[in-house]
Amino acid sequence: MGTVCDQSTAALCDSHQGRREAFEAIVKRHMKDAYFIALGLVGNREDALELSQEAFYRAYKHFDQLNSKGKFFPWFYQILRNLCFSHLRKRRVRKAYESRIGDGGLQAGDPESGSQSEVCDPQSDELADPFDPAMLAERNESNDRIWRAIGQLEEKHREVIVLRHFRDMSYDEMARVLFCNRGTVTSRLFYARQRLREILEHEKGGQNL
Amino acid sequence: MTCQDHKELMMAYLDDELNDEQKVAFELHLASCADCARDLQEFKKLKRMTDCVALAEPEDRIWDEYWNHLYNRIERGAGWILFSVAAIALLIYGGFELVETVIENRTVGVLAKIGVLASIGGLAVLFVSVLRERVYFWSRDRYKDVRR
Repeated sequence: MGTVCDQSTAALCDSHQGRREAFEAIVKRHMKDAYFIALGLVGNREDALELSQEAFYRAYKHFDQLNSKGKFFPWFYQILRNLCFSHLRKRRVRKAYESRIGDGGLQAGDPESGSQSEVCDPQSDELADPFDPAMLAERNESNDRIWRAIGQLEEKHREVIVLRHFRDMSYDEMARVLFCNRGTVTSRLFYARQRLREILEHEKGGQNL
Repeated sequence: MTCQDHKELMMAYLDDELNDEQKVAFELHLASCADCARDLQEFKKLKRMTDCVALAEPEDRIWDEYWNHLYNRIERGAGWILFSVAAIALLIYGGFELVETVIENRTVGVLAKIGVLASIGGLAVLFVSVLRERVYFWSRDRYKDVRR
């Protein structure tokens, strides 16, 4: 992950190019990272593309607020992850609401009759984010299982798995984009992998991997 | 250090993120803790499996068109802002003109004059209310104050 946290973005912005040209260069440098991170977080190609572009759009609008242009990516990552997590929450609430209508628990056209906390239970298997294995470069039983299991992880655990395994970030880079220390990264990664193990072992009826 | 501390260090060991000193200390602990040694084997297996998972690259045209799509969005955003400001200015101007015309026109009945004034007043209240709401949320925009 050589390009994510380097200082060359600063040079781009300090150059004599206009704001648009400078931003275009930044987008072209980071668009793949943005798309693949979003894909790892939301598990859907169309949403990942839309969310990554929306994040760049918001970054452009607030570009002047970035004091150190060399730290573009960690700043941008916060926008991207907030958008992705907000999208996931809305999707879960919508899904829970639809499933309750289907069960006859709510009357159609009466979305106000259940509070959000009643409607949304992120731990429910039914409401796990649908991670379609069609997104994978190479499909086999093991890869499909892992991908679906990532979709069942909590957001903070999912993101460390995505950054480490799909963007190949070092612990220091992860600490920079997550605005935490290395210890937190290590700890979060431990709990993420432990949870991943539990999900996979549960699928195999309690057997080891 | 507790076994739990070592389990968290296990991740850094797996990902080759420990320095030599930490690595030696961790391996010493492994030699004396069957539980951690067994866990390490399981996590190694999981890591191997996870490392095999790669996301499919989208078609080249997605990357070719990425900036153009984004630029269109930026351009449209600026267009909408300009259009909205102009539309609001025109509406305010039109509203004043309408009120002036209706009030000064002696052929228009009192009830119609009251109706026009009430609707203009209602629109003004709605506008101020929406504007106040926007300002309220803008002041709490989580991205607005993100400064690094």
